[in-house]
Amino acid sequence: MGFLLRRLAQTLLVMGAISVIGFALLDGLEPAVPAEHSIWQRYLQFAAAALRLDFGDSAFFHEPALDIVVRYLPATLELFMTSALLTLLLAIPLGVYTAIRPRGLLARCCLAGSAIGISMPVFLTAILLIQLFAIGVNVTPFPPGTDWGAWLNALLSTDGGMPAYGRGNPVHVWGSWYTNFSTWQGLGYLLLPASALASVMLPLFVRLIRAEMLEVLESDYVKFARAKGLSSARIYFVHALKNALLPVMTIGGMQFGTLAAYTLLTETVFQWPGLGLMFLDSIERSDIRLLVTYLMVMGGILVVTNVVIDLLYLWLDPRIQLNGRTP
Amino acid sequence: MKRFPTTRLAPHWQRLQGSHFAYRWRRDRLARLCALILTLLLGAALLAPWLAPSNPYDLAQIRLLDSELPPFWVAGGTTAHWLGTDAQGRDMLSSILYGARVSVAIGFGAVLLQALVGIGLGLLAGFRGGSVDALIMRLTDIQLSLSTLMTAIVAGAVVKAAFGGAFYGDYAVLMLVLIIGLSEWPQFARTVRASVLAETRKDYVEAARTLGFSHRRIMLRHLLPNVLSPILVISAVQIANAIMTEAALSFLGLGMPETQPSLGSLIKSGFDYLQSGSWWITLIPGLFLVVLVLSINLLEDWLRDTMNPRRYKD
Repeated sequence: MGFLLRRLAQTLLVMGAISVIGFALLDGLEPAVPAEHSIWQRYLQFAAAALRLDFGDSAFFHEPALDIVVRYLPATLELFMTSALLTLLLAIPLGVYTAIRPRGLLARCCLAGSAIGISMPVFLTAILLIQLFAIGVNVTPFPPGTDWGAWLNALLSTDGGMPAYGRGNPVHVWGSWYTNFSTWQGLGYLLLPASALASVMLPLFVRLIRAEMLEVLESDYVKFARAKGLSSARIYFVHALKNALLPVMTIGGMQFGTLAAYTLLTETVFQWPGLGLMFLDSIERSDIRLLVTYLMVMGGILVVTNVVIDLLYLWLDPRIQLNGRTP
Repeated sequence: MKRFPTTRLAPHWQRLQGSHFAYRWRRDRLARLCALILTLLLGAALLAPWLAPSNPYDLAQIRLLDSELPPFWVAGGTTAHWLGTDAQGRDMLSSILYGARVSVAIGFGAVLLQALVGIGLGLLAGFRGGSVDALIMRLTDIQLSLSTLMTAIVAGAVVKAAFGGAFYGDYAVLMLVLIIGLSEWPQFARTVRASVLAETRKDYVEAARTLGFSHRRIMLRHLLPNVLSPILVISAVQIANAIMTEAALSFLGLGMPETQPSLGSLIKSGFDYLQSGSWWITLIPGLFLVVLVLSINLLEDWLRDTMNPRRYKD
């Protein structure tokens, strides 16, 4: 079990680092335990309470901080899952295409687009989307008197009117869980934030899938599959893609923190009432307990995600030996 | 290597002209265009006090009557304010030039700090090896799996929560340099360590050891000059990253205050006026930021391809 244990130890170290930061913040600003205890005792009490999922009450809401986090969590998860789905649906075909036709016109456009996408902060994309689809743009660079001018002007202008702020009226599902998935109106509210988030994830994943595909296409088994006379579509999408997606999954898992930061920025622009917005509000309100609870919950999700990805990897790639050696 | 007398620069120039570097430079039109744009933008940012039509920090030069004027090419705009004015009547062009100066200064400062910490730890890890190496590499692993942007956001939040918004505003530049500098060092450490590991096996390091030079001397005088080229490539992309991180922090209200705005805080303060139709207050600083970062990123791609012909996986 060397591989799994080593990875688990590493994620637990990360969790430990997060808990030390959370403890230092809480202990410095809102000490729960009298200071006559030693710092080790105080840390152990904090860690023990955290393991019991007891993070104390939020100073602003006067409720258990964990309940608040659980209440805001579904909004963030729905936003993240929608944009992850959008990203995968677009990134896989684009990544495969740019790998098999690297000199094609579409591939060049894709790479230029991804260079711009990487240089574009997510909040700016979000603002641009709001301007284009929520407020609307009316441009008149062409003479409006003529037919073609009016047509081109109409083509370049947008109507706006898309919902861009908040979640609308999400439908109650269970407990504190409300969803946007069940109505068209709810999905409408999800569309702009999810597109903004997807637009920043897309270039990362297109580049990643392209690089992995290029490497896999050079390998012997792909050449053998060609020699055997398999159709190109089968080679690309079944044989090559399957192996190209494995590292994509791991690196996607390693990017957890970056994706969380992008989600936070997107939520800020669209006033999407998720964890990120709650976190920023808790800073403004100096709600230290809620802030620390957010950090600890994100750390927990990071650990669980990494362990799940490692288990998946183990299951999908039999070459990874349980003794920790990779051939 | 042959030594040329320092008083005669001509042979150096000739050698540079014939190099692979210059050849690639002459062939690549995109790289030259990016370099030109970057020089213009950086020059405009650095010379802001002399180029800007007005001083955005000087309240006496602001006329509230002129608030929310559009850029000159839109109906209602005047050539007195080329890029329009914001809600307080400040000239946007001046605000952007001054803001870019703040952004670029923080970017360079943060990368300098990253490089100091990262190169130092990378040299130490690569040269010493063993438990020092293991410890430093675990630290970079932890830091990287938390992601640099998220670390910076959390660090900004923690500092702001701990010391209060007023304190944070007063020392914003210093805080941002510290936060961005200390949260993005692992890239430098990893790159330097990898290069050092390759270099320490070479004979010249062995020779230096045999001569009994101190470890510090070997690391700084012998190893460091030989690992400079990957450091240069990394620095370019790190400056772009630092500028982006600063913009993100400022946009979240964890960065520069609105009294001394960077590009990120200009975008943030303009965003409130988007609904009323004043798109230029937020989108023009945004465009400046994107063009700046894009030209650095494209130059970095070119630099990486040129200095290291073996293609990296991206």
